Amino acid sequence: MDYALIVVMEILRAVSLLVLLAGGLAIIFGMMRVINIAHGEFLMLGGYTVIMSVKAGVNLWIAILILAPIVVGIFGIIVERLVIRFLYGRMIDTLLATWGLSLLMIGGVTLIFGNTSEGVSTPLGSITIGAYQVAVYNVVLIAFAVLFLVAAWAVLKYTKAGLIARATMQNPGMAETLGVNSTLVYMATFGIGSALTGLAGGLLAPVTGVVPSMGVNFIGQSFITVITGGASIIAGTLSASATLGSVSQLVTFGAGPVYGDAALLLAALILLRILPQGITGRIFTRSL
Amino acid sequence: MEKPVLRDPGFYVMVATGFAVLFGAPMVFDFFEIMQMTQYVVLSVFALSLAYIWGFGGILSFGQSAFFGLGAYTFAVSAINMGDTTIPLALAFIIPALFGVALGYFMFYGRISDVYLGVVTLVVTLILWKLINHTAGPEYAIGKSRLGGFNGIPSIPIVNSPGDASADLDPVQLFQFFMVVLIVVYVGLRFLIGSDFGRVSVSIRENETRTSLLGYDVRRHKVIVFAIGSGIAGFSGAMWATYQTFIDPNAFSLEMSAKALIWVMAGGVGTLVGPIVGVIGLQYLSLKLGEMELLNNFVILGFILIVLVLALPKGVVPSIRMWALQGWELARQRRSGAPQGKPVASDV
Repeated sequence: MDYALIVVMEILRAVSLLVLLAGGLAIIFGMMRVINIAHGEFLMLGGYTVIMSVKAGVNLWIAILILAPIVVGIFGIIVERLVIRFLYGRMIDTLLATWGLSLLMIGGVTLIFGNTSEGVSTPLGSITIGAYQVAVYNVVLIAFAVLFLVAAWAVLKYTKAGLIARATMQNPGMAETLGVNSTLVYMATFGIGSALTGLAGGLLAPVTGVVPSMGVNFIGQSFITVITGGASIIAGTLSASATLGSVSQLVTFGAGPVYGDAALLLAALILLRILPQGITGRIFTRSL
Repeated sequence: MEKPVLRDPGFYVMVATGFAVLFGAPMVFDFFEIMQMTQYVVLSVFALSLAYIWGFGGILSFGQSAFFGLGAYTFAVSAINMGDTTIPLALAFIIPALFGVALGYFMFYGRISDVYLGVVTLVVTLILWKLINHTAGPEYAIGKSRLGGFNGIPSIPIVNSPGDASADLDPVQLFQFFMVVLIVVYVGLRFLIGSDFGRVSVSIRENETRTSLLGYDVRRHKVIVFAIGSGIAGFSGAMWATYQTFIDPNAFSLEMSAKALIWVMAGGVGTLVGPIVGVIGLQYLSLKLGEMELLNNFVILGFILIVLVLALPKGVVPSIRMWALQGWELARQRRSGAPQGKPVASDV
């Protein structure tokens, strides 16, 4: 019984992690059709913001919840203004440019902070379930994933900003004739997506530590989740995270984390073979 | 419209240059410079593999290093086990090509479109890189060869003359052998691109739907193109392994894939000369900048890639060709005293 509870907890944690990792990317990709290969490095930047501010004496929660999103969000807007905005509609070129950005960021952070691993201790300690110890921080991760999904759904569905965003996503030309400033919408979208990625990176930092090349460890999972999810931001992220997270966590239980990662990819490849437009390309097509 | 290969003077110029370097370089350059040039030759073959599938098949692979690494490891493991290097060299083409067929089947028969394709190849590369990094323990061995995980495989045999495992090629012979490979790959690809098969793949690049409506099996065609590219990449991996006599999981790394893309982009997508120019130019540049020890390689590569995408999306060779044509047209008009119109770039 206790063991079953632990397994469920771990699966939920894996799913939440995928939701958090892929959320920012899904917003940017779903709305702007821009694939940001530097996503992993945006996470890394969020992580570094947290670790460096904690070392400078800032409260950990302020660093995670406020500083990391702000820093990465602003960075995202700068990147959008300097590079991305010239490349709308040229999807392949955006891929190449953001890949360049990713290399530049790895190199830059290595130059500034050195190629060493930094970390802070995981807060909140752990609770005991039967014979097992579970970190309370895992519950925080799950809560944030749920919060993200609910908040994104509410904003897109019920606010004016959400309405404008959805309209621009569906038909930018038509939205513009109705008086929407699509340049501003794209800039804000990229900024918000980046800020969310920063938050995810911040949340990860106490668990994984940070190192300049850490993005590589997350980028594969993030992309494959977004791609498998398909066009809908929320339903896609949720359904893909649930499927892939469960598969990889179950294999991890059986054979170890490296095979868990491989199983995630294999599951995604098979899903894409059956549903080339992603899960929401066939099922839940009209959802957000 | 491409000219028939045998009527294109550029083709003869390239082959002649190739042979001149093949025989001339060992007389002109010293030992160290030959070693350096060997590296450019190996990487040029690698760049050509991507230049072919991207420029002439419209397949943008972000995972070319997966095949490069696979070829390198195939060669290393089989050469250590067999001693002789003839069969391992063949295997280094065949096994990555087969892997390319398997992966290509999943991607192209799943009708995964271009951007998704890039991401899937990227992820496959990452997973292979992770898996191979994980094989450090002694239990991961194939025959006599331990995979070595992040430590890599040391003392990989140097290519020997066929059938005689003790007759290793010396560095100059190795350079010449690699030059022959480069010339063969270049000539082979030129003829392949000029053939009926090649024309169909170019038409797939231009318009996939129209090609399939004309009755060509686009999916099968793309799998074949992808597999050929994978095989060549694998072979260049084997060349890299025997050149360094050492291979580690970095052969699978994203940096390696990124480099291939940068060379092809810099040189010009849709040409075969461009990527070779790209390799030589950028490797030389990165060597010189690296000596200054001011910036690390990632910063340089990343910066070059961004600038290329923003400023020179067509690449160096096509841009120069276009400028030359415009200049020539302008000069001709001046001479003939014709009214100066807007120069028109003709597509050659």
